[in-house]
Amino acid sequence: MAEVHKPPEKFTLRLRRYDPESGNAPYWDEHTVELEPHRSVLEAVLQAKDRFDGSIGIRCSCRQAICGSCGVRVNGEPALACHTHLDAAKAGAKEGVIEIEPMGNMPVLKDLIVDMDAVHWKKIQRVTPWLLAKQPVPEREYIVSKESMVDVTQTMACIQCGACVSDCLAMEVDPGFIGPAALAKAYRFVGDPRDAEPYERLNDLAQDPQGIFDCTHCFKCVQACPKDVNPMGQIMRLRRIATQDHHIVDQNNGERHEEAFATLIKNNGLLWEAELLPRSYGGNSWFGKFAPPAGKELLSSLPSIVKALLRRKVTPMGVFKPHKIPSQDLKAVQSIYDKIESRPERYELNLYIVGEDETGAPATASPEGSVSA
Amino acid sequence: MPEHDVLIIGAGLAGQRAALAAAQAGASVAIMSKVHPVRSHSVAAAGGINAAISVDDDWHSHAYDTVKGSDFLGDQDAIEVMCSEAPQEVLHLEHIGVTFHRNEKGEMDLRAFGGASMKRTAYVADITGQALLHVLYEQLMKHHETVARYEEWFTTSLLINDDGVCCGAIAREVRSGHLEAFTAKNVILACGGAGQAYKPTTNGLIVTGDGIAMAYRAGAPLMDMEMVQYHPTCLVETGILITEGARGEGAHLLNSGGERFMEKSAPNKMELASRDVVSRAEQIEINEGRGVGPNGAGIYLDVTVVPRRRTLEALREIVNLGRDFAGVDITREPIMIRPGQHYIMGGVKTDVDGRTPIDGLYAAGEVACVSVHGGNRLGANSLLDTLIFGRRSGEHAAARAASMGMPSVDANAGLRRDAAMIDAILARGKDGGGPTPPRRVSEIKSELGEMMNKQVAVFRDEQGLQSALETIGRLKEESERAWIDDHGAVFNQDVLGAIELSYMLDCAETTVVGAIERKESRGAQFRTDYPERNDEQWLKHIDISLSDDGPQISYSPVTITQWEPEERKY
Repeated sequence: MAEVHKPPEKFTLRLRRYDPESGNAPYWDEHTVELEPHRSVLEAVLQAKDRFDGSIGIRCSCRQAICGSCGVRVNGEPALACHTHLDAAKAGAKEGVIEIEPMGNMPVLKDLIVDMDAVHWKKIQRVTPWLLAKQPVPEREYIVSKESMVDVTQTMACIQCGACVSDCLAMEVDPGFIGPAALAKAYRFVGDPRDAEPYERLNDLAQDPQGIFDCTHCFKCVQACPKDVNPMGQIMRLRRIATQDHHIVDQNNGERHEEAFATLIKNNGLLWEAELLPRSYGGNSWFGKFAPPAGKELLSSLPSIVKALLRRKVTPMGVFKPHKIPSQDLKAVQSIYDKIESRPERYELNLYIVGEDETGAPATASPEGSVSA
Repeated sequence: MPEHDVLIIGAGLAGQRAALAAAQAGASVAIMSKVHPVRSHSVAAAGGINAAISVDDDWHSHAYDTVKGSDFLGDQDAIEVMCSEAPQEVLHLEHIGVTFHRNEKGEMDLRAFGGASMKRTAYVADITGQALLHVLYEQLMKHHETVARYEEWFTTSLLINDDGVCCGAIAREVRSGHLEAFTAKNVILACGGAGQAYKPTTNGLIVTGDGIAMAYRAGAPLMDMEMVQYHPTCLVETGILITEGARGEGAHLLNSGGERFMEKSAPNKMELASRDVVSRAEQIEINEGRGVGPNGAGIYLDVTVVPRRRTLEALREIVNLGRDFAGVDITREPIMIRPGQHYIMGGVKTDVDGRTPIDGLYAAGEVACVSVHGGNRLGANSLLDTLIFGRRSGEHAAARAASMGMPSVDANAGLRRDAAMIDAILARGKDGGGPTPPRRVSEIKSELGEMMNKQVAVFRDEQGLQSALETIGRLKEESERAWIDDHGAVFNQDVLGAIELSYMLDCAETTVVGAIERKESRGAQFRTDYPERNDEQWLKHIDISLSDDGPQISYSPVTITQWEPEERKY
């Protein structure tokens, strides 16, 4: 059965150490511990700390992936140390040595401890992180749908560990980006039917150039999250609700850019890069490029355009013609659009509503079983 | 030197609730915690929170269940306060944003829990504690102008002036190592239990009895410290908790013969008897050779009888825990569990407003003993306890602050004493004097935990308890010589670990002293040498105070309002 475990074996850890009082640069420190392979990286670090060097700094408490203290990078990937098995970590390690570093995008205070206040919590505060309750407050509970509460519970399940912030590529380029954790927190209120100001929240986050349209869809936060909060998914939902339900047109052109993107793919099957920028700024048609804002934007983007041409990312012919794909492929792409657009209600994936009662059903999320408003 | 009307130590549910209540009452408030507030161990409470909010329910029924669950050691006046105020408190939480699970009508849904005569546990999937804690922290962020937050500050002692009044605390900023005196008109201790004195335990590594030990050293009596709850369903290897919500949703407990053995000890409530009863029944199965797994050290918890979709929606966290920490898909096969240390019913003795016998010192939550849990706490009553008595402490402390000036205290003396204490730890060498070579803090802590889990567990006897007391005496002596590696100021977790060890040893000592004293079996205390409950002699609280000769025992009566003790059957 599943719980018969292998005997203890040796694991070598390579810890990134930093002592701010020493005046020395960060360095690598190696320890070999002995534990069963299904034990966690946290247990391994704690064994090294208990047996060899009590000065190793790591925040930790619950050991069960709920307190969110022990966010680190294991072999370069963000993770909770308590939630990463040693055998899996070793399998992903270079030369069998498990590398453990502090999280990224946040200043290191000591060893594996980062300054979450300076980055993570500051960003959380940016999104007015409390319920602006609808008035009047009822005598008993607010009557709201079961689905809506299960839905926001997915973002409520965020443990504020910072793993998504650590790995956010947009934040690496733009440190001012509000970021995946804070925007997931924003969804927790926007999606909550008891909140009185979803429009104000959405408009604020849409107009902010470092808000919901600053995300570059890289999926890193989705992969990093140990609690299936799906931060990027929540950001996309914020965008859909802002643009489709509240018709918010943002000054950053995020809404028009998305629309142009979707139209180009629907018409051509692949993105027509040369058309994207003029349509985003000038209007979602071939004539968009003749609108004054498009001209202005094209002009100011000239250096990038030249660079793209020189690096052959776009060809001069591409300005006049879209990429060609076989017609049956184009049809397949367009049938996806047809199917999605013909639905009476928007489907949103929610990881808290999965699976079916009958045994033998797949445990993975199935879109058919995950309807929510 | 920071000055506040109310200084709260600990930022879990009790502390945060106290802070919000005191701030709303107009007091200047500071809340201090050795970890960031959302890391507090309240975050791990899974199953839910009890309140008689259903129209078919009555708080008297909740109160009676709690009294019965406590094995009649709970104070009934305090239990009446908690249960009668519960519905309003839970609705308040709903109003400020907790995403409580709804029924088909859109009202708050309720689930069954152990020892309860009807469904009265409100819940957020199985992350109720996390949802509550994070929502309260949202409120702290909202009220940042009226509540000062000292996050990652470690309290080293309470400030007591010459009149014996508590007027602040000494704390070390973890990030810088800076030691500071905080003066306050009132201090509310809300820093949780002492589970790390046991190994394994469901409690986080931060749960080291800091508040209990600091109050005890300041002269406050501790009450019913012998009452240590073993939770019936913890993972065999790591002690990680599987929520009682699993049994609330219908999961079975099975022995090696596939029997639902709870039939023998609780034919009516079966798996949903109170925790002390279920843990004992499991331990008997294990001891008598009907356990499962390696060495027969476990029991099967069978969640597969719960509809799969319901499990995935309402018990999602334990689906993950089973997969990640035991390699088991609980929706497809039984998982191996056993009883494990989970909660201490005892703590700093308080009244229903959180007041301890020391003026200016309050306590709320697991650190306190009001007592609403008596000999055994019902599942989903702990979250309620933290919120009700956190709020009441905050309100009372704010009102008291409004009617007084800042008390005078020689804070510098306290600062010098604690600075010297920390310097002494840093100066300890690997070859210091003493009867045995000095050891690391971690070794002593490990020995303490394993010993407590063996001698002061589900079943106890005089011989084991006496040997435990002897071991604790030796470990105390050794702890004063234990050496550490880290000599820095920034995030020196090593030196804090040494202080925490001393806190845990005080908690362990008073637990054992209480267990030796109580010569009967009641609630979580089962003495194989005194297997019966003895109301004639022991229907009373055991209070322990620190004197120059060590722990001093006294007794206080149990308050009985409407429910006379009777035989407990489930």
